[in-house]
Amino acid sequence: MKTIRTGPLSLRVSERAVLTCLAVAALTAVTAVTTMVTGDFPLTVGEVLSTFVGQGDGASEFVVLTLRLPRLLTGLLVGAALALSGAILQSLSRNPLASPDIIGFTQGSATGAIAVIVLFQGGMTAVATGSAVTGLLTSAAVYLLALKRGVQSSRLVLIGIGVSAMMLSVNSYLITRATLEGALAAQAWLVGGLNNRGWDHVRVIAAALAVLLPCALWLGRRLALLEMGDTAATGLGVDVERTRLALLAVAVGLAAVATAVAGPITFVALAAPQLARRLTGASGPGLAAAALVGGLLLVVGDLAVQRLFPTTPLPVGIATGAIGGLYLVWLLATEWRKGSTR
Amino acid sequence: MTRLRGEDLTLAYDERVVATGLDVAVPDGSFTVIVGPNACGKSTLLKALARMLKPRAGAVLLDGKAISSYRSKDVARLLGLLPQTSIAPGGITTGELVARGRYPHQRVLRQWSVQDEAAVDRAMELTGVRELADRPVDELSGGQRQRVWLAMVLAQQTSILLLDEPTTFLDIAHQVEVLDLCADLHEDGGHTLVAVLHDLNQACRYATHLIVMKPGRGIVAQGDPADIVTAELVRDVFGLPCRVIDDPETGTPLVVPLRRQRVAVGGTAPQLSQVD
Repeated sequence: MKTIRTGPLSLRVSERAVLTCLAVAALTAVTAVTTMVTGDFPLTVGEVLSTFVGQGDGASEFVVLTLRLPRLLTGLLVGAALALSGAILQSLSRNPLASPDIIGFTQGSATGAIAVIVLFQGGMTAVATGSAVTGLLTSAAVYLLALKRGVQSSRLVLIGIGVSAMMLSVNSYLITRATLEGALAAQAWLVGGLNNRGWDHVRVIAAALAVLLPCALWLGRRLALLEMGDTAATGLGVDVERTRLALLAVAVGLAAVATAVAGPITFVALAAPQLARRLTGASGPGLAAAALVGGLLLVVGDLAVQRLFPTTPLPVGIATGAIGGLYLVWLLATEWRKGSTR
Repeated sequence: MTRLRGEDLTLAYDERVVATGLDVAVPDGSFTVIVGPNACGKSTLLKALARMLKPRAGAVLLDGKAISSYRSKDVARLLGLLPQTSIAPGGITTGELVARGRYPHQRVLRQWSVQDEAAVDRAMELTGVRELADRPVDELSGGQRQRVWLAMVLAQQTSILLLDEPTTFLDIAHQVEVLDLCADLHEDGGHTLVAVLHDLNQACRYATHLIVMKPGRGIVAQGDPADIVTAELVRDVFGLPCRVIDDPETGTPLVVPLRRQRVAVGGTAPQLSQVD
């Protein structure tokens, strides 16, 4: 722990957390540059930079500004949003397996998206809106059902699992009612991905993060105290119910926008917070680090699916699952070998 | 003068009313202990005093103002709370946990002032956990852990401390250690302490003000243990026939249960081997 004091102001930061964040940011930068210069249309760093200032030729401008950059930014921001959402939910439920799935969010948002595709043959904006609306409604229903003299984490998780199972059967039923075309479109949405993401997507997710990220970081200190139990947190002056509701709203909002933009991308919300916590060695939720790791995980995964399988457009969720999962298993295995108690 | 009091409290969980008509005044500078049989509402009363439970009727007053009208963080600068069960986040060190007690004094841009550091230092000194500062809390023994949590509450620097069964889960030596520490805080630090205890004799030994509760009747006696603890009271409240003698160490009341009066059934008492 390091303390920085100037006059009445003081900040307390952990050196290891700062170094980890810097390292993750550097790796993200390297991945971003690699994404920009490699592919079917290789470019040099200089060419990429000249398109940024409007000096590139038509082809490289199209490749950089229309294809690669918006896709990269969408991936970065969606990854950060999902990881933040997962970090908040894992900390609130004191359950390392928690993610937006656990409170019924993912299945709920799928219901809206599939319903719009199958029943109304809606376009992309309608699908995104539908998924966000039903995702939010499902999460609100889970919260209200779990509400009894305040919300207990275990009750929230159990009801979330129950509601998820219910929505899953609704989703399966909806797909059986679809035409072949509708079923394929629904399936394509269900695996999620970053193909054909443009500046509209970047603007939506960037605006959501601009509002919700500061909220999350501001509530983060209270989130750390909530991990000590409701009584201890109240004793320290945290308004437990209101804080929990605010944090849930932020987590669900982040997941809703991320899912609306890129579909349900698996594993980032689950793995990124765990990776961040282990890398920083933090005893709290470590939201900033989780967001950075989430962004890195998604851009690395997307680079992998684009370059390793250029002919088959694989969903990025497959790569994030493979890369993040492997790394998490390796981290946990080495940690347990060393006999750490965590 | 009493800074913390409850007036005509009705305490209930949903439909289940635990106690009605409770009037409590915690004398300033006292070591107040709440005792009573299971389900008498003693922990519930402490929860209400700590604003963890909103009374169905009546009000808890802190410095003459309803505690529910304060901002939670403002209360946390006046009144500290040691929970009965609490969770140490995985891997947290003793020093980090104690430092979290400073939260009510901190702001986004004032995260670790000189005062914070001094308060944490003093709290760890008082509770004797300074040499444990870098050890993870999960690795400590039960007695050490309870002292660490107490240090966290002390770092809050409140003049009133509420302790919910601080000795549960501890063996007798650690129970005495924690209670001695509480007594020191009360005598040297000028803290007002309110604790819920299970052991009547420990309550009589340490309390300067005793609150006795009985299921369905609320508070049946309040005052100096030497004045109120009698064999009749214990029989009435706990249903336990006993004698009350002076504690040979401290002179405070000591409750000694009477020897069981066996009613012999069918002549001779049964042999141990015959009892199933």
